[in-house]
Amino acid sequence: MNNSYTYKKVKALQFPSLLFVMLLMVSSCETDDVQTVTTLTNLVMADEFDTEGAPNPSLWTYDLGRGPNGDGWGNQELQYYTDRTENVKVDNGLLLITAQEESFEGASYTSARLVTRGLFEQTYGRFEARIRLPYGKGLWPAFWLLGNDCAQNIWPQCGEIDIMEYLGDSPNVVFGTVHGPGYSAAEGETKEYALEDDRFDTGFHVFGIEWGPDYINYYVDGDLYNQITPDDVVGEWVFDHPFYIILNVAVGGSFPGSPNEETTFPQTMLVDYVRVYENNITD
Amino acid sequence: MKNIKQQHMKTIFSILVFMALIGCERELSNDAEFATFSTTGEVFTDLPIGLGSDFYFPFLGSKATAFSVDEFVAYESGASMRFDVPNANDPEGNFAGAIFRIEGSGRNLTEFDALTFWARASQGVNIGEIGFGQDFGENKFQVTRTNVSLGTQWAKYVIPIPDPSKLTEERGMLWYSAGTNETGGFGYTFWLDEVKFEKLGTIAQAQPAILNGVDVEQDAFINIPITISGLTQTFSTASGNITVNTTPSYFDFQSTNVDVARANELGIVSVVDTGEATITASLANVAAAGSLALDVSGTFDFAPTPPTRNPDDVVSIFSDAYTNVAVDYYNGFFTDGFQTTEGGAPPIDVNGDMVINYTVLNFVGIGTFQDVAPVNLTEMTHIHVDIKVNESIDSGDFIRLQLLNSVGNNETSGDYTIDGAALTANQWVSLDIPLADFNGLGDRSQIGLLFFISDATIADIFVDNIYYYR
Repeated sequence: MNNSYTYKKVKALQFPSLLFVMLLMVSSCETDDVQTVTTLTNLVMADEFDTEGAPNPSLWTYDLGRGPNGDGWGNQELQYYTDRTENVKVDNGLLLITAQEESFEGASYTSARLVTRGLFEQTYGRFEARIRLPYGKGLWPAFWLLGNDCAQNIWPQCGEIDIMEYLGDSPNVVFGTVHGPGYSAAEGETKEYALEDDRFDTGFHVFGIEWGPDYINYYVDGDLYNQITPDDVVGEWVFDHPFYIILNVAVGGSFPGSPNEETTFPQTMLVDYVRVYENNITD
Repeated sequence: MKNIKQQHMKTIFSILVFMALIGCERELSNDAEFATFSTTGEVFTDLPIGLGSDFYFPFLGSKATAFSVDEFVAYESGASMRFDVPNANDPEGNFAGAIFRIEGSGRNLTEFDALTFWARASQGVNIGEIGFGQDFGENKFQVTRTNVSLGTQWAKYVIPIPDPSKLTEERGMLWYSAGTNETGGFGYTFWLDEVKFEKLGTIAQAQPAILNGVDVEQDAFINIPITISGLTQTFSTASGNITVNTTPSYFDFQSTNVDVARANELGIVSVVDTGEATITASLANVAAAGSLALDVSGTFDFAPTPPTRNPDDVVSIFSDAYTNVAVDYYNGFFTDGFQTTEGGAPPIDVNGDMVINYTVLNFVGIGTFQDVAPVNLTEMTHIHVDIKVNESIDSGDFIRLQLLNSVGNNETSGDYTIDGAALTANQWVSLDIPLADFNGLGDRSQIGLLFFISDATIADIFVDNIYYYR
């Protein structure tokens, strides 16, 4: 079973339409008549971004600069991350992460990357944020989780759960992905969610996961659109230890490509809230 | 299953109740019936939808039979719109182009955000223009997407509506214009199918522009209106930005000083008094890029009207008083020399009265030798020219006129120098110079160039009414 699945997956990567069929097959089991999107209700952390100024320092810290190797965080991203108010602030009940086009420390763009590393980390649970996204070629905002052991167990061994990623030149599409050993970078287990008649940059949408010992459920607003289980990933399941939250807006790099003449700056990701519920369901 | 049935019953019951309620209201009153226009979105599915029988109006000079309904090629189901673009040498018309206009009242398109269609062509080609809103009337809300790149496989195309709230009664459902500039003059076929107005929901982030988004500063003159051009609307869509050309009626224009200048809904700026005013615009409450800053110093000082002569006695190069001969250019922009001169390409249109303004003048040529016939001045005796020097005139300033005969082939030339003393600062001066005074000219049967040479002693001039006469 596992072998045949692996085989299909390789084929699927070559033929996107096949991948789509595969995803339909995977998802068909959970699109029952009435969808139960979320089950976890015990709220353990919430930032509603109601206090103006800098984000709450007891919850959020920053990744600054261009990455530990100065290479654009391993993706040739073009921005320099700062914690200046030009790039990150709380205003009007919203967290604003703004990508600016400006010459700064040798980079052509600035932006911000907020992390809860060492401040809020949790195994399992429901992680949810309500976000309005920016738009334009080269914009690559994300709401994601990273294992808290990446210092010891080098990525991808420490695990990465991308709750929401989005490319600004496809303003009606987001995708959710997990990365682990043997399924990192472009090989991650992923699925798109597309709005047929709306966009993610014109209004707020809720992006979330419910994460348990042997599953991660992905949802957007009221739609549960994917479930990833140990059977779905080609390598080791590395999602049974604490993860921390990251909110960022990247600009350019190998994945989204560079901004072009159509891209306007500044571009802001607006976050209404981040909420985390614990997994209190015993197996 | 039982639940579903019950729900159906409930729905049917509700509808019945609702219908009954409506029925009651109708009996009570007939007063509140507003004129409503069709909200149909479809323009062509397998047939033209709701266009009436007389809906196809070809452009003048186009091949009138270019459009047909093709029952063998279709994106969906049975038929498509087929356009056979003729060869450039087709005697029945050298391009294809027409409007599709509803026979009768227009449609209410306010609930849609785009005209969409599926299209393919017999070869990869850019279709020059496809749009809607052209009705051969006011064309008030005309929208055009230019250079629509069609491939040989069906693909969906989107033409966004700049502001749907304006389209309360639109008759122009579709228009197109397609030629063979790109295909070496050879015709081709393209098909459109499933042509309809849709609410896509994925069209957003409007970026309207006037004057192509440029902040223009210019002098203006009382009672000389200015037309604002370069009107576009750009939307982000699910597949990148799409820009369409639009008409002024989609915009609201504002002036910083309506006592100096103001723009109407047709994008025409009326200049009413001296002072400064900046015209800006918005489209559906989104500020447009681009602006027009006007500095109005007074009325425009036109060149004097030349004396009336029999047209047979005149060879006119540049004058509104006579029919001008064809010229290659009014500024040759000679790049191999040291020319600095700007202006004249094209001349300025002052409310229909053409005038040339040469600036940064050192020398400039008006050509009649490349693609047009040289001018034969054998029978002519004088050159007339009106010059207004827009600066002070110092001693030693001059403008030399030079005529070149048979350019590049046993070329001869002669010149005549207008001394600065013969010119007046900031005033028109009319000059009539005998051609015999052009030293060294000799044969003047094939005049190909007329130069104005100042060697930068005079840098800013208006020139008008350049003609030869006898």
